[in-house]
Amino acid sequence: MNYGFAISNAWLIPILPFLSFLITGLILRRISETLAATFATLSVICSMVLAYMVAYEYFTLYPIGTNHPMIIPIRFEWLNFQENLSMYAGVLLDPISVMLMTVVTTVSSLVHLYSNGYLHGEKGFARYFTFLNLFTFSMLGLVIAPNILQTFIFWELVGVSSFLLIGHYFEKPSAVSASKKAFIVTRFADLGFLLGIILLGYYGYQTFTEFGPGIAAASSQYFTGNLQALDYYYLTNVAVAQKLHTIDSGVFNLSILSLSMLLIFIGAAGKSAMFPLHIWLPDAMEGPTPVSALIHAATMVVAGVYLVARLFTAFATASDILIFIAYIGAFTSIFAAIIGCTQNDIKRVLAFSTLSQLGYMMFALGVATLSSPLGFTASMFHLYTHAFFKALLFLGAGSLIHAVHSNSIWDMGGLAKKMPITHITFLIACLAIAGVYPFAGFFSKDEILLAAHESGLPGIYPLGLIVAGLTAFYMFRIYFVSFWGKKTQHSDHAHESPFIMTLPLMILAVLSCVAGFVPMNDVLGLHMDPHAHHGINFAIAIPASIMGVFGILLAAFFYAGGSDRAEKIKNSLGLIHKTIQNKFYIDEIYLFITHKIIFKFIAAPIAWFDRTIVDGAVNVSGNATRRLGGTFSKFQNGQVQTYGIWLFSGAIILFFVLWAFTI
Amino acid sequence: MIQASPTILHWTFLTTIIFSIGIYGMLTRKSAVGILMSVELALNSAALNFVVFGKFVAPQLLEGEIFTLFIIAVAAAEVVVFMSILVALYRNLNKIDVTIASELKG
Repeated sequence: MNYGFAISNAWLIPILPFLSFLITGLILRRISETLAATFATLSVICSMVLAYMVAYEYFTLYPIGTNHPMIIPIRFEWLNFQENLSMYAGVLLDPISVMLMTVVTTVSSLVHLYSNGYLHGEKGFARYFTFLNLFTFSMLGLVIAPNILQTFIFWELVGVSSFLLIGHYFEKPSAVSASKKAFIVTRFADLGFLLGIILLGYYGYQTFTEFGPGIAAASSQYFTGNLQALDYYYLTNVAVAQKLHTIDSGVFNLSILSLSMLLIFIGAAGKSAMFPLHIWLPDAMEGPTPVSALIHAATMVVAGVYLVARLFTAFATASDILIFIAYIGAFTSIFAAIIGCTQNDIKRVLAFSTLSQLGYMMFALGVATLSSPLGFTASMFHLYTHAFFKALLFLGAGSLIHAVHSNSIWDMGGLAKKMPITHITFLIACLAIAGVYPFAGFFSKDEILLAAHESGLPGIYPLGLIVAGLTAFYMFRIYFVSFWGKKTQHSDHAHESPFIMTLPLMILAVLSCVAGFVPMNDVLGLHMDPHAHHGINFAIAIPASIMGVFGILLAAFFYAGGSDRAEKIKNSLGLIHKTIQNKFYIDEIYLFITHKIIFKFIAAPIAWFDRTIVDGAVNVSGNATRRLGGTFSKFQNGQVQTYGIWLFSGAIILFFVLWAFTI
Repeated sequence: MIQASPTILHWTFLTTIIFSIGIYGMLTRKSAVGILMSVELALNSAALNFVVFGKFVAPQLLEGEIFTLFIIAVAAAEVVVFMSILVALYRNLNKIDVTIASELKG
């Protein structure tokens, strides 16, 4: 198959930021910090242009409204273990990868631009851009991965870049511990992912001779190279998934497919910060604000959602796991939304809002089925719109923090007049996330709620509605407090951010307004859906909008114009408020379990065993050798004649010994 | 009746005695020159052995005698090396007592 220029060269999209990472990190960083930042920004912008060209070519090749196949235009063998078991690296293009590719490059370019202003003149300016490039490379490699092993490698790489960027201010102890926490928690979850890959790969390889040739023949026109057992092409085939679903794993009555999907979901839950692995995300806000916008709101944290979507056929075949995902997602969503209402740090509120929206995407995937994949479309749609308005919220918050030098919403206040661009763009983002027509969030949220409603899973739809209300409430809480609240000494001398920071805000604001009008249902090309709806479903839209508006009004009632009503409610709730504000003490529970139980009863005995038994054995052998050597070294006294005596007496003894043996 | 010429047994007794004297000298002399002389004794006993066995075991061949020539040549070279070491030793220590030169033991 002959593809156009952009598709044939799609591998350049991740490689450009990677080359820039090397050049910036090794060469330019030493020459000039500004030059390094400019170069890094330009490389990502080039990559963005290429990504849009790829999207254009892909949707020209397979126009909107027709079937959209998964195509693998570029692939090369990386490791060869044996026949049918090779490790390939390459590019996979289908609507969701193309969509996420454009989102990642767009948000990344804007964040690069914004960071030029936000971190200007700070220590480690060029280092920051180097790592930002590394992250962009890793994320794009993850998005285009055609097999699960490539996904895993880039999955770890985004984890590392996230670690490096959270710890950007490494002189601050809180940033150091936050970066460690993020890395350890996600790494812990990745253990599940790896086990899932091994399990899936093993049984996939076993069944490969049965299904492989058929799938390879059917898909040969979209494919470059040989089909492998770990390719998504193979793993997302319904026949393969059903076959794996019939094999019993012997654990909890789950089939092999269900068990491996559960393990893979643990990895996805770690990256997408689903309850109870969500604890790292709020702390990750220790990183610079643009990093939070890029990594911990728009791109990396949706990798988990993307992974579930990528393996959706397999997940949907293992329907028990998918229902589990739906409830985990719904619970995370409401749990984080409740905490979000009580936080005072603007970035923490946004972090909990991200958690809540990720839960939304997860449960949308969970309520989808193979026969009615509306939830799948809705989830991808929300991923798309959320990336823009959440990045905008974070960048807006960054602009506020830049102006008042404080994270607390109570130190901001009265900023509406002083920072008009930030104010307007932030308001647009708040309206978008609250789901007000015609902003982006309205459309995607509407679809998710519709999918939840039609799935018939008990409890999901009402939870979704409540979360919609809560989202509107906590977003407008920070909006009213920081823009219309009482002036403080911090906010008194605040002024609007420079153009390089407000430009990304304006672009994202435009995107947040128009992203909802993308006909995602047609773009994703899932035409087996009988409920595919075009336009607005009023049975869902009206209650959702009422909840949103109610949330906004409630926030206005409590917080607009510096009212003290919120304080009274807070005091009357007392203990409940304190529990919520302390995030339901989940972190404390983790600390208790790790320090008091795991460290004390597992780690300490193991450490003792290591230090006394293992190290002891090593020390004994070392000391014994040294003593033996000490004894023997006395024979070496420098007297050649003594050596000669030893030599000759040895020769004589040897002579007698040999003589004795020959006779 | 007295035999006119010594047998192989007499010759090997002789070489063994010379060799043993050489070994004894090597192990007991303190003077480097004494050791050199002892080494020469041991070498020459070996050379003599070659000649003796050449004559008695394979009289039609010349290998034994030729080997002896080699040994003499090697011994000459060895003496040169030994003497140069000896001169170096004397320059450093002003003595040629080998028991003093024990610094290379490490």
